[in-house]
Amino acid sequence: MSQPTFDTSEQPQFFLEEDHHIESSTNLGFWLYLMSDCLIFAILFATYAVVGRNYAAGPSPADLFELPLVAVNTAMLLLSSITYGFAMLQMERNAKAETLFWLGITGVFGAIFIGLELYEFINLIHEGAGPTRSAFLSAFFTLVGTHGLHVTFGIIWLITLMVQVSMYGLVEANRRRLMCLSMFWHFLDVVWIGVFSFVYLIGLVG
Amino acid sequence: MTTQTPVAPVHEDAHQAHHGHSHGHEAGHGTFKSYMTGFVLSVILTAIPFWLVMGDVFESKIMTVSLIMFLGAIQIVVHMVYFLHMNTRSEGGWTIMALIFTIVIVFIALSGSLWVMHHLNTNMMPMSPEMMKNMP
Repeated sequence: MSQPTFDTSEQPQFFLEEDHHIESSTNLGFWLYLMSDCLIFAILFATYAVVGRNYAAGPSPADLFELPLVAVNTAMLLLSSITYGFAMLQMERNAKAETLFWLGITGVFGAIFIGLELYEFINLIHEGAGPTRSAFLSAFFTLVGTHGLHVTFGIIWLITLMVQVSMYGLVEANRRRLMCLSMFWHFLDVVWIGVFSFVYLIGLVG
Repeated sequence: MTTQTPVAPVHEDAHQAHHGHSHGHEAGHGTFKSYMTGFVLSVILTAIPFWLVMGDVFESKIMTVSLIMFLGAIQIVVHMVYFLHMNTRSEGGWTIMALIFTIVIVFIALSGSLWVMHHLNTNMMPMSPEMMKNMP
């Protein structure tokens, strides 16, 4: 029993005030990915801005866009953003069933959004205003379609995570993944602000 | 040698205690109140531009367009702060640095494209309808 004695009264000193742990580097990495995704959308917006008035004697936004549909779409995406927020709050509380519930609601709103967008696209193509009609429509379909594709993959990711959470619970890895999807989902909502303002609303004003 | 052995457990304990509480304030978690604030602000900032266009509120197009752009920009900031939990402290300021860098690049890409293409358009040879018909 010759344990040497130590002065334990002294607290360990850290130079970093906030802990640096592995998850946070994932968050930063994912944020950088989102920023690069932002550049993709910026280029598509720039393309639309340049050729968006070149109708090639075809239909213009005023002939094609239906604002009520866009308003409903916007509402769906906004609601899905807040319900994802609720899912994250439930995850914080470690409530697995509630997290899954809110994730499910988010997925439903996302699916309605995609459904309405596909309905709009199909209608446009039926009216003869497909992506090959004019430069304006090419740019429109590319920009809005890329956003829709992002949301589609977001929904696939969401379903995957719902399965993961229901199988393994809210473990550290799943929390990290939910956090990344949260950033992705809210980011898509930010891009949609640009789409409905710049493409739909300003397109209709002329 | 004897002084080194106990140091490790002490450090480990400290590390675990630190790790344990770090979940509470990990970067990027809001409260119910902050999410609701963001949501209500977003709904208002979305409703106004739709109302401006659907209700034909202003005669002047420039007024409407600039208001839509302005409200859109504010809404993006609202989303960044309340939903993406953007602040100057997360990740030691690296997220905000990346964001500022991206905004600069996006600004250059957008304004540069518009400027160059507008310049090209105005310097194009004027085309008569006859020439247009013979376009390939």
